[in-house]
Amino acid sequence: MSDSRQVGADPDGQADAESNTDETGNRRTAGETILAAEGLRKSFGGITAVDGVEFEVERGTITGLIGPNGAGKSTTFNLLTGVHTPDSGRVRFDGTDITGWQPDRIARQGLVRSFQIARELEDMTVMENVMLAPPDQFGEGFWASVLPGFRGRVARQEAELRERAWETLAFFELDDLANERAGSLSGGQRKLLEMARVLMTDPEMILLDEPMAGVNPTLEEKLLDRLHELQERGYTFLLVEHDMDVVMNHCDPIVVLHQGQVLAEGGPQLVRNDERVLEAYLGGTVES
Amino acid sequence: MTPAPLGQLLGALRARLDAVRGVVGNRQVTDGGTVQRTTSDLRFVAGLALGLYVLFLVLSLLGGFQSAEAVTSRLQSVTLLALVYVMLTLALNLQWGYAGLLNLGVAGFAAVGVYTMALLSLPADGLGLGLPLPVGILGGFLAATLLGALAALPAIRLRADYLAIVTLAFSEIIRLLIRSQPASEFTIAGQRLGTGGTDSLDLPPNPVKSLLYENPDQGAFVAVENPTVIGDRLFTAGEAVGFGPSLVERVVYAVLMLAVALLFYWLLVRVGNSPFGRVLKAIREDELVASSLGKDTRRFKIIAFAVGCGLMALTGMLWQMEGGGSTAPTTFEPELTFFVFVALILGGSGSNTGSVVGGIVFVAVLLEAPSFIQRIVDTQFGVPSAPETLFDAFTGVDPFLGYFLSDTNISALRFIVLGAVLVYLMHNRPEGIFGGRTEIASPIDLSDRSGTEGDES
Amino acid sequence: MSTREESGGVLSSVELNPLAVVLGSLAVLLFADLGRRLVTGKLPVSTLATFLWEGVVFGMAIGLAGIGLAMTYSILQFANFAHGDYITAGAFTGWLAAFVVAGLGSFGLSGLVLVSDTVPTGELGINVFATPLAVLVGLAVASASSAGLALALDRVVFKPMRGARGISLLIASVGVALALRHALIVLFTGSTRSLTTDVPGQTVAIGDGSVTVGAHEVTLVVVAGALMLSTHLLLRYTKLGTAMRAMADNEDLALVTGIPTERVVRTTWLVGGALTGAAGFLIALESGSMDPTFGWDLLLLVFSAVILGGIGSVYGAIVGGIIIGITRNLSLVWLPSELVLVGAFGVLIFMLLVRPQGLVGGVKTV
Repeated sequence: MSDSRQVGADPDGQADAESNTDETGNRRTAGETILAAEGLRKSFGGITAVDGVEFEVERGTITGLIGPNGAGKSTTFNLLTGVHTPDSGRVRFDGTDITGWQPDRIARQGLVRSFQIARELEDMTVMENVMLAPPDQFGEGFWASVLPGFRGRVARQEAELRERAWETLAFFELDDLANERAGSLSGGQRKLLEMARVLMTDPEMILLDEPMAGVNPTLEEKLLDRLHELQERGYTFLLVEHDMDVVMNHCDPIVVLHQGQVLAEGGPQLVRNDERVLEAYLGGTVES
Repeated sequence: MTPAPLGQLLGALRARLDAVRGVVGNRQVTDGGTVQRTTSDLRFVAGLALGLYVLFLVLSLLGGFQSAEAVTSRLQSVTLLALVYVMLTLALNLQWGYAGLLNLGVAGFAAVGVYTMALLSLPADGLGLGLPLPVGILGGFLAATLLGALAALPAIRLRADYLAIVTLAFSEIIRLLIRSQPASEFTIAGQRLGTGGTDSLDLPPNPVKSLLYENPDQGAFVAVENPTVIGDRLFTAGEAVGFGPSLVERVVYAVLMLAVALLFYWLLVRVGNSPFGRVLKAIREDELVASSLGKDTRRFKIIAFAVGCGLMALTGMLWQMEGGGSTAPTTFEPELTFFVFVALILGGSGSNTGSVVGGIVFVAVLLEAPSFIQRIVDTQFGVPSAPETLFDAFTGVDPFLGYFLSDTNISALRFIVLGAVLVYLMHNRPEGIFGGRTEIASPIDLSDRSGTEGDES
Repeated sequence: MSTREESGGVLSSVELNPLAVVLGSLAVLLFADLGRRLVTGKLPVSTLATFLWEGVVFGMAIGLAGIGLAMTYSILQFANFAHGDYITAGAFTGWLAAFVVAGLGSFGLSGLVLVSDTVPTGELGINVFATPLAVLVGLAVASASSAGLALALDRVVFKPMRGARGISLLIASVGVALALRHALIVLFTGSTRSLTTDVPGQTVAIGDGSVTVGAHEVTLVVVAGALMLSTHLLLRYTKLGTAMRAMADNEDLALVTGIPTERVVRTTWLVGGALTGAAGFLIALESGSMDPTFGWDLLLLVFSAVILGGIGSVYGAIVGGIIIGITRNLSLVWLPSELVLVGAFGVLIFMLLVRPQGLVGGVKTV
């Protein structure tokens, strides 16, 4: 975990959508946009789940994505990560139009996700889970995996990755469980493992789908510490989260979705005081 | 066999296995690394095989086999069939056990290999192109691999049950085409080619024949007169223990098959212990996770499927060339596929050693043991004649039990037991004998932490 | 995989276009060739009419047999590979009953029930005119026994696996198929039985020749049609039918809204099994003979019908069955009879690859 991220030049130079958030008084450095949702629309069988969602994520932030049940958070998430293809609208990541790409291609581009309900590969060990993630593994070629001449190189790369894997596991305090089946971990540990796995893919940006759901307070603290530590190293996060405390204390800016559209966008202070947000939450199911 | 003895059998095997591997319950106590695991697995398989040989030796003697030649001949056919199933099961395990691709076309892909090889390598004045056998075998392997890739290309994005139906239909199309009148003999550019239709088709002489005889294609009687130097030595050695040339040939062939089976195992263990196998395992467990971590799951699935099909073809060719060396479309009915599936599920899908054990146990206990038992009952108690129908069995003078011991009914009862075993396994032990154990997918010992400074933070 | 399915609705219209062009032109070519053959007299009109009629007859049988498969596919979410052997089992028990009704008096009961070789079943003189009662009783017993068998096997095999993955159920059903088929072989031997004596058919003059419409063919079409209609009424207008449709659409929803799912599952097996048994009996009646593997041999065709119609749709299964039947017989114009099945399986594979949601498309209503 030695690499500190550096900010490259912004190829698109998008600056226009910033103006409304600057007046909040919150900590807000005008960075470059790493991820942009542009007019995303998706409907399922006549029901419009996402209706023209538009927002941007700045590099180096922990951006929160919130909204009452049925606001379109999950669908937006799936549109960003390639699980669904939008009916219209575009997704831009790091200056590249990734609309309609397959999930694996998006991940290779550096935009990697976690799952709401941690999806561990249960019958594989914690270590195997982590070792799966690194990109461009030489031993993932069929011939390289079997032919005697290549095996040495595969083993060397494995040894390097193993070292990184141990470091990453230690970072999340999972190293004692490395040889356990992932299926035997507790819910919170699974979340940690999922984060570890995502980090091993060398992402630019990480999308976290309710990372705090089902995590006990102690572990939550730990997870949030890690999050900020990683933010300082230059990672960007987009968090879909239900827990209002987490969002208000740790995310900036916050994007509020309601009925498939962006209702408000800005720092915690601004969002907290926005009447439409209050109304949306009180009118719908009250979260947290 | 009722479920209870089967459960005991599985339990006993499992206990033996655990003892060998130092495993308690489901959890691994020590990770000895790949090499040690493979060695102890092979030792276990060898022990199992030895035990079964002793059992079958006793059964043969009880069944009235008199000479060493007769006993050896019988054991050779059991061995060969077991090896065939081991190889097919290993190939299927790559597809189903590792990548989660439900291929119900095992028989079809094996048939593609066998008949492609025949078309390429049968003499040009017969029904083939007269190319050398290695070319034919390579051609059969490639044909099945390409066809597998071609079938997988659109099919792997289907749900597993659709893939099952597609591959089963594909396999039936292959079989029906082979046995059809138009395919039985046709002419392309003046060259007569054909599959022999519903009749059996004589295949080119197998490599062992070429090793033992100077003129292997002149028919057994002529060929025997003209052995090679190696052939001469082996036949003399065989004579000393009372084995005729044909049995010597078959024993040598079984040894060759054993070598190829070990090669399969070596290959697939390597695949399983590699980053490639790790991605396959991940795909089987949760494809969305694998793809969201950036793995191009389609590529992995197509390769696994195609290679598996190629290995099935190779097995089919080596199987059908043995002995008399002829093949027929009836060999490649869907039953073959289901047999391989039972073997895989019995052994434990996802485990290569499990596939080997499954193949062996399936052939020994479910395919071959019934006919041994039938023979024993025949010789020891003497069932004079089997009643033709259940009605005769109830009413006739022939003993009731005899009805169930006739050849056709032994075979049918075997299927009933098979079906029950499959259901039993799905209910009680879906992971099979060897399933559920941790086989770490990496060429190195992942628990080794020596490379990291500052252990145990 | 789910990703592709969900976006399939959007993509399919795009993806299908080049294929639709190829398919369309192929169909046009075939029809043009058919017209040419008719005009030049290479294919007599009466022969074509015979192919079509026999195709409809066969298609009705496949469609009827397909309903049960479609029901279990949609409600229990798995491909039941034992379905073909449910067809056979129903046919066998049904015909035993028919033998008893027709033959009691001239032969002993045990000989009739155990199908001894001493009883020439083909010479009992069974047909719809001579022994309507035997045929009727046989049909009823076939339905009842297949339904009972389906329920019993559900209890023993599938119920303990409720909630398991579709693939585990599929594999278990392969086991059931193997065991059931060979149990029938042990009980009745593997030989082919003749069942009926010929009935005079009605010849209808068409063009330069005539089409023979057999009484048993008409029986099959009429009975199958009636049973399909009753199924429709059951699904449409009874509470249980509504529950079945709801469960096919979404099992979770059905659980939440309190439809007693176990009861629905049982009804599914009961109705599906009964129709399957009837189909088996009628297929054997029409062909005049049966052996213990005929249902298994039909299984892939029944799958073809169900998939063609869109898995899980009862109406789709019926339509799919008739299309498969007509395709199979019409392809005799171009293909030798032994390759006709190859054509049908080819259609099956093509459908699954190109349009797995079936012809009707995405509508997942029982």
